Amino acid sequence: MEAITDHTISALVEDKPGVLARVSGLFRRRGFNISNLSVGHSEVPNLSRMTFVVQGDEFVVEQVTKQLYKLIDVVRVNDITGDAMVARELALVKVKATADNRSEIMQLVDIFRANIVDVAADTVIIEVTGDDKIDSLFRLLKPFGIKEVMRTGRIAMVRGPASTGGKPLTANLDDHNAPDVESVP
Amino acid sequence: MRLTGAQIVCESLVREGVEVMLGLPGGAILPLYQVMHEYPQLKHILVRHEQNAAHAADGYARASGKVGVCIATSGPGATNLVTGLATAMMDSVPVIAITGQVPRGAIGKDAFQETDITGITLPITKHNYLVMHAAELASTIKEAFHIARTGRPGPVLIDIPRDVLTETADFVYPDTVTLKGYKPTMDGHAQQVKRAAKLIADAKRPLILAGHGVIIANAFAELRELAEKAQAPVITTLLGISSFPEDHVLSMGMPGMHGMAYNNIAIDHSDLLIAVGMRFDDRVTGRLSAFAPHAKVIHIDVDPAEVGKSVHVSVPIVGDAKRVLHALVNEITPTTRLEWLQEIGDLRQEHPSDRVRESDKLLPQYVIKEISDVTNGNAIVVTGVGQHQMWAAQAYTFREPNSFITSGGLGTMGFEVPAAMGAQVARPDKTVWSIAGDGGFQMTMSELATIVEHQLPVKFALINNGYLGLVRQLQDLFEGGKRVSVEYSRNPDFVALAEAFGIRAFRVTEKGQVRDAILEAMAHEGPALIDFRVEPEENVYPHVPAGEGVTEMIEGPRPEAEGAWKR
Repeated sequence: MEAITDHTISALVEDKPGVLARVSGLFRRRGFNISNLSVGHSEVPNLSRMTFVVQGDEFVVEQVTKQLYKLIDVVRVNDITGDAMVARELALVKVKATADNRSEIMQLVDIFRANIVDVAADTVIIEVTGDDKIDSLFRLLKPFGIKEVMRTGRIAMVRGPASTGGKPLTANLDDHNAPDVESVP
Repeated sequence: MRLTGAQIVCESLVREGVEVMLGLPGGAILPLYQVMHEYPQLKHILVRHEQNAAHAADGYARASGKVGVCIATSGPGATNLVTGLATAMMDSVPVIAITGQVPRGAIGKDAFQETDITGITLPITKHNYLVMHAAELASTIKEAFHIARTGRPGPVLIDIPRDVLTETADFVYPDTVTLKGYKPTMDGHAQQVKRAAKLIADAKRPLILAGHGVIIANAFAELRELAEKAQAPVITTLLGISSFPEDHVLSMGMPGMHGMAYNNIAIDHSDLLIAVGMRFDDRVTGRLSAFAPHAKVIHIDVDPAEVGKSVHVSVPIVGDAKRVLHALVNEITPTTRLEWLQEIGDLRQEHPSDRVRESDKLLPQYVIKEISDVTNGNAIVVTGVGQHQMWAAQAYTFREPNSFITSGGLGTMGFEVPAAMGAQVARPDKTVWSIAGDGGFQMTMSELATIVEHQLPVKFALINNGYLGLVRQLQDLFEGGKRVSVEYSRNPDFVALAEAFGIRAFRVTEKGQVRDAILEAMAHEGPALIDFRVEPEENVYPHVPAGEGVTEMIEGPRPEAEGAWKR
């Protein structure tokens, strides 16, 4: 049995009304566990790219992929977990800050290459991007008093010249049996 | 050509080869109905309830191999289609549902008879559309039919706001469909086919498990060739029944929860399962960890998501059953398997669950066996869900390809009346027997009126035991006999009821009356119904308790009960 791990899945989908509902409904009704999801335009007109993190073993990820392919509006699905990739999340965090500890907070922000984007009398808002780094910064900020947190889902891109959607996931199937990707721009 | 949205819908349906639609009008869909007279080639059958329109379109599609079309208005009309669409989805049946929607400006405002039917049907359609411009109708309908009938077929719903039906647009019907995200794989991978052939050559105890995919792909001849060439006995799933002639020496009938005992044991002994167009449903496999412990699996299916979903597969082949079987037959060499066939012959002798037990009482299995004999196994048999369905699957000897129509995946009681209607519309040349339960029959019997109106000569065999029989059986076998809400103690007089609808009806209470009643019903030109007052406490055997391995069967009544099973 494969270990249960986080898998980063990248999907190209038709930019049509309801496509997010189709995808999220699929996750809900099949009992797939996703920890986050982000969606936005891709480089191709009328196609959006969704990135989501699925928790499960290889079997679950294979089913997620195959079930996603059954949605007519889903064009391409890739599990990029094993690839070298750049993965980023954006977080905004509002922290209590007094005149006394503001400089201490600013030091932490510098170390994490984060930014202070708003300063009020007794709070600051910090903008931070990254992957695991966000959780680390939050841990260090906790003693100051975190008032509010907002996080986007993860987006991820495969490093080097290869396209993030370039290689279809073919677990348990021959390449021939994977959905046709040649026609995708 | 400048047309209204409603006219574009009709023009498109004509171009898709639609001949029959079943539906029920209302406010939002009215513009479509008001132009139907301009298209006499589209026959519309007005039903009594939209659920029945969906089931009838389903029965029509299964019996004809064409796409079934049903129409409903917005709101309650659309929601009434839901059970029918879910039934078609689970059993991979190509159905197009066209629903009216409130005008565009009223959407999302809780308007009269507004419901979000595309949202509701998201998980129970292969795809669905809300069409917001008349100019998009033609390409949408083209796409919808393509999606419904290709790959693994399924229902597609098209929701059209009232003002889109009245809006005008240029009508051009597209020649082709381009869907970036939808390209079903039809041909099996050649290397995989070779690997499968090797497994078959090496196997000592192979079995074929044939499912609905064989029927959908029209792969009857190819399946038979494979079975004969590989000398592999053919087990047919509930929906695979009639994919292989049951009078063939290699025909084994149904496996699983109420399947033939010898099949479940043979699967247990097998070293190779060749699964074609079936999906290892839990009713087939029982407890997965105990299923086919010695067998490698070749799984042929057009839907990649089914391969590897339930059981571990040695050789997956994604593709159309007909094409893959054709390729596979060419790769294998004829063989003999005397030992294995002898072993199976012995199993059939030792565990003869396909026989009707001897009794002077009016047994439901006997009724079905008689219908089978009188029709020579050539009728189209439509059933509902429950005991009568299992007895039909067990006791009718299907000789004709694609002649068993039943709700397998969803298990929809009441399917037997409207689906039989749809099947008879599709196949006016055939005798259609609706083998019905008294429970399900009363869910959808309003359609008897439609059947009479259109003079559809459906024959109903009402297996009337006054119980929700399979539920009673569960309570008797596994709930200590505690019967709760399973008895219909005051059923209507079904003969009088049928006659009130204008249907010729008979009542049979004795074994000796069965054959004459069947012959009389068949001799009658129009629709007929026989109320068979069968032995009310008869159980379906074998019975694999839920959650058990399939060899853990209760094969027959306990010895102290009347008439133990005889060979």
